[in-house]
Amino acid sequence: MDINVFRGLMSVVLLFAFLGIIAWAYSKKQKKSFDEAANLPFADEAENDDPNQDASSSLENKKHD
Amino acid sequence: MSTAIEHSTYNYKVVRQFAIMTVVWGIVGMLVGVWIAAQLAWPLLNFDLPWTSFGRLRPLHTNAVIFAFGGSALFATSYYVVQRTCQVRLISDKLAAFTFWGWQLVILLAAITLPLGLTQGKEYAELIWPIDALIAVVWVSYAAVFIGTIYKRKTSHIYVANWFFAAFILTVAVLHIVNSMQLPTSLTHSYSIYAGATDAMVQWWYGHNAVGFFLTAGFLGMMYYFVPKQAERPVYSYRLSIVHFWALICVYMWAGPHHLHYTALPDWAQSVGMVMSLILLAPSWGGMINGMMTLSGAWHKLRTDPILRFLVVSLSFYGMSTFEGPMMSIKTVNALSHYTDWTVGHVHAGALGWVAMISIGSVYHMIPRLFGKKDMHSVDLINVHFWLSTVGTVLYITSMWVNGIMQGLMWRAVNADGTLMYTFIESVEASHPGFIVRWLGGVLWLTGMLIMAYNVYMTVSSKASEKAAAQTA
Repeated sequence: MDINVFRGLMSVVLLFAFLGIIAWAYSKKQKKSFDEAANLPFADEAENDDPNQDASSSLENKKHD
Repeated sequence: MSTAIEHSTYNYKVVRQFAIMTVVWGIVGMLVGVWIAAQLAWPLLNFDLPWTSFGRLRPLHTNAVIFAFGGSALFATSYYVVQRTCQVRLISDKLAAFTFWGWQLVILLAAITLPLGLTQGKEYAELIWPIDALIAVVWVSYAAVFIGTIYKRKTSHIYVANWFFAAFILTVAVLHIVNSMQLPTSLTHSYSIYAGATDAMVQWWYGHNAVGFFLTAGFLGMMYYFVPKQAERPVYSYRLSIVHFWALICVYMWAGPHHLHYTALPDWAQSVGMVMSLILLAPSWGGMINGMMTLSGAWHKLRTDPILRFLVVSLSFYGMSTFEGPMMSIKTVNALSHYTDWTVGHVHAGALGWVAMISIGSVYHMIPRLFGKKDMHSVDLINVHFWLSTVGTVLYITSMWVNGIMQGLMWRAVNADGTLMYTFIESVEASHPGFIVRWLGGVLWLTGMLIMAYNVYMTVSSKASEKAAAQTA
C-alpha cells in the first residue's frame, strides 16, 4: 500500500474514533456514572475534616444539565 | 510550618513544600522578569557585565517562571488533587520527596548555569545535558508517583482533572527526552543529534507542546478541580470535559510549525501547522466554556470571593489568548506579528493571565487546608493581589500589542523606490514608551506576589488551629 493511501486511511480511522468518543460521552447510558465522577471533588469531605465544608452536605444533589 | 497537623490519610507534606516554593519561585522569576523589562527600557541596568546581560537573564526568567513557579504549582496541585479524588495516599512518600528535592536541585543548577552562559541555545530547553538527564530522572519518578497513585485509587472513576495531569506528565516526559537527544562533547557542551530544519521542527514540536501540555493541560487539570471546588458545585458538563480532553490531546501535537512560518521548514508543514492551530480554537474554548459555566447559578460568589475571581478571570484570559494564538498562526497575520512584541504580549496573556492566575487561585485555596487553618490570613489582601494582577496583565498585553503592531508595520514599510522606510533602531526608539508601560505591569505583578508571600506567611505561622477557629466562628 502506498504510504499516502495509508495516511489518508489513518485520518479517516481517527476521525471515526473521535466521533465514537463523542457518541460514547453523550450516550444516555453514561449519564449516571458521569454524575458520580463529577462529584468526586466533594466525595472525600465527610471523612476529611475540611475546614470550609459548611455547605458540602447538600452538594451531592447539586447537578447541572 | 511545624504547627501543621499531619493528615491521617494524605501526604500533605510534599504538597506543602511545593505550594510554598510556588510562591518563592514566583517572586524570584518575576523579579528577574521585571529586571530584564527594565533593561529594555533603560539598557544601563545590564551593568555591562556578561552575567547580567539580557541574553543570559532572559532564559533565567523564562525557566524560573515556567519550570520553577509553574512547575512547583503543577507538582503541588497534582499531588493534592490525585490524593483527594482517588481517596488514597501517594504511592510512595520517599519517591515524592525525591521529586521535590530533585526538582529544586534542577532549578538551582539552572540559576547557576544560565547566568554563566552555559546553554544549549534551544528556547525553553536551554539547560545543558547533565541537567537534562536529571530532569528526565525526576520526571519519570513524578510519573511513577502520580500514575501509581491513580492505580491504587479507592474510587471507581478517575476524575477528569487526573486525566489532564496524567496527559501533561506523560507528554512532557516524551517531549523532553526526544528534544534533549544530544551528543555530549564535554560536561557542559553537546550537539543536538538533529540537524538543520529537522532540528528546528523537533525543537518547536517540543516548544509548542511545552505550551500545550506543560502550560495548558496541567493547568486545565487545576481548573477541573479547583473551579468546581471553590464554586462548590460540580463541573458544568462532565461529558464536555471528556470530549474536551481527547480533542485537545489530539490537536495540540500538530500546531508546532506555526513557530516556523516563512523559514526553511517546508511550506506544506507550515500550512499544516497553521490549519491545526486554527482547529485548536474549538477544544480550547470548549474547555473554557465548561469552566465558566460551572459558575452558572453561583455568579454572585464572585462578588465576595477573590479566590474564585482569580480562577474565573484566568479562564477569561485563557479564552482570550487561545483566540489570539490561532489568529496569529495565520501566515499573513504572522508575517506582521512574528519577531515583534506582539508575540511577547501573547505569551504573557497566557502566562500571567491564565497560568499564573489559576495557580495563584489554586494555592490560595490549598494553603489553609494544607496547614489546618480555617481561611487565609486576610481575604482583603487576596483581593488587592487580584486587582494588581489583573491591571498588571492588562497593562502588559496592551503595551505589547501597540509595540508589536507598530514594529511590524515599521519593519515592512518601504519607500517608492523599494528601500526600507525605517532603520531597525528607529523601531526600537519608538517602542520605548511601551517598554516602560510593560515594566510597570510587571512591577504590579511582583508587588502582588510579595503581598501573597506575606499573606501565606501570616496564615502558615498563625497560632489559631482549625478547631479553635471553628469554635470562635
